[in-house]
Amino acid sequence: MAEKTVGLVPLSGEAKRRAHTPVITEALCIRLMFILATVLGLGVLVFLPLLLVFVEALRKGVAGYLAALSNEETWHAIKLSLLTTLIVVPANTVFGLSAAWLLAKHRFWGRRLLSTIIDLPFSVSPVVSGLVFVLLFGAQGILGPWLATNDIKIIFALPGIVLATAFVTFPFVAREVLPALEASGNDEEEAALTLGAHGWTVFFRVTLPKIKWAVLYGVVLCTARSLGEFGAVSVVSGHIRGETNTMPLQVEILYNEYDFTGAFSVASLLTLVAVVTLTTKKLLEWNQERLRNDSYTDR
Amino acid sequence: MIRTLTVEKLTKRFTLKGTPAIFESSFEAAPGGITTLLGPSGSGKTTLLRVISGLETADEGRVLLGEEDITYQPVRERGFGFVFQTFALFPDMTVNENIAFGLRVRKQSKLQISKRVDELLELTKLHGLGHRFPSQLSGGQRQRVGFARALAPNPKVLLLDEPFGALDAQVRVELRQFLRELSEQTQITTLMVTHDQEEALELSDRIVVMDRGRIHQVGTSREIYEAPRTPFVASFVGMANVLLGRMSNGAPVKTIVRPHDMRLSRDPSLGEPATIARLVFSGSIAKIEVTTSSQETVSVHLPQVEVDRLGLQAGDVVHIDAARSQVFADSSKTFEPPLPTS
Repeated sequence: MAEKTVGLVPLSGEAKRRAHTPVITEALCIRLMFILATVLGLGVLVFLPLLLVFVEALRKGVAGYLAALSNEETWHAIKLSLLTTLIVVPANTVFGLSAAWLLAKHRFWGRRLLSTIIDLPFSVSPVVSGLVFVLLFGAQGILGPWLATNDIKIIFALPGIVLATAFVTFPFVAREVLPALEASGNDEEEAALTLGAHGWTVFFRVTLPKIKWAVLYGVVLCTARSLGEFGAVSVVSGHIRGETNTMPLQVEILYNEYDFTGAFSVASLLTLVAVVTLTTKKLLEWNQERLRNDSYTDR
Repeated sequence: MIRTLTVEKLTKRFTLKGTPAIFESSFEAAPGGITTLLGPSGSGKTTLLRVISGLETADEGRVLLGEEDITYQPVRERGFGFVFQTFALFPDMTVNENIAFGLRVRKQSKLQISKRVDELLELTKLHGLGHRFPSQLSGGQRQRVGFARALAPNPKVLLLDEPFGALDAQVRVELRQFLRELSEQTQITTLMVTHDQEEALELSDRIVVMDRGRIHQVGTSREIYEAPRTPFVASFVGMANVLLGRMSNGAPVKTIVRPHDMRLSRDPSLGEPATIARLVFSGSIAKIEVTTSSQETVSVHLPQVEVDRLGLQAGDVVHIDAARSQVFADSSKTFEPPLPTS
């Protein structure tokens, strides 16, 4: 986050060099202390556990690893997670874009309230998010009896998992797109209007290209969280093996049954998703920075 | 067919209370020429341009194109070209694609579009740059793309919002020449907003001077400069000395004299005595500040040859006189100009 704000101020080569002159740095021993603390903290708390995930997963060799992943229930959990993500991410991209567009381009009563509500899924415990849907659609819930008579299953089934995941990941796209939309101004859209373009053309040909990196960034984060969501999904899923277990839930079950290789193999997949997400995120940020610097140096 | 653009008693308020952004403004844009809305920032000139373009809606009054009332016509149906101070080019499209945008939304054939794009590249002297992206162009080139894009769909009127405001001084002067040639070649009715009086005087067939949402005067560059109708116009367009005085009946008046309309002389019979406080050499013209007996500071622009002939030096006592001046009744209340009757 800190890096992003720095990136907003274009530093010339000269200014960059000046920011690193020895005048503003601390004494050597203090610097060493900070470096040691950082390395120890990162190593013990982040790097070592991550490494252990892969070590445990591969304890029985590559063959054992692949065997653990091809377990029927595990395979089903992977498919369920992917299916959920495939539904949730496009839906939240559309919702997020609409919400961000409303907030950025319009002034209306309740605008601040809407902005706060979008952040709600971030601040509320995922368990609570799951419980809300149980209270709404569960057997004892408000709509439960009606759903039961019409033979519609939401809780302990795919719809519930999708709803809970969508709720938890709702803010990602909206939060990424909103600042990009606000910063991009209205001139290009107005230019398109004066040239005779209709609303949809303006959105798809002018607005969307301007914010595409922010959208992509939001989509990446949303995907990672959809695959990894545990709390909310755990409440609504019912943990039915081979039916309503997603990848994170499958990890928990396998671990509780002392199938460490199985648990860590699935965990390693989730860890890989995280690594890919971070790499993509960095690449997108780097790309955005490059574009921004391009337009600065040219003016 | 070129039609006159007429604005009738246009009023626009952004807040219910307080002063309106534009108030009962009326003027006509000469068909085929350049009309300029000139005024300081906050004078309402950009708002007026945006109402005419359809990007803002009028609260009262009408906008007419020929006989047709277009006050409430949607922007995209007006067919007006708009050039922005910020260029507002589409950054993910090449120069060609930018220019073609207004043609593509009109569903013209590929052949027609590429022919028209080539014509405009030629007209705006951008040949060879069609495949570049806006970020690969200089400021002046970017704004020329802005002009080409606005002109591509053959607009009925061309609206320019401070088109040279974001450019370096040198490029500004270059683009002024460019706009003059463009206007002569296309013969399109053009309405430009600027706060740069030099730009306005140089380019306009007709100038509309605005301040605080009201139109003070409509006229040619010469009329505005030589016969300002209000003290505001006199002091905003060109440099002016504002001298306070009284009529013989005691009514307060403001006398406006341009620095180059001041005359200095050694002859006591010619004008009031004054002391030269400062004398600055600036090439062909000397910029002189004199202090009158009533302790008013007056600036005088005199040809350097004249200064040499009179042998003027700082500290000299000279006699000052105005070759031409304008007298306005001085009311300390907010000045509200009469509506122009052009």
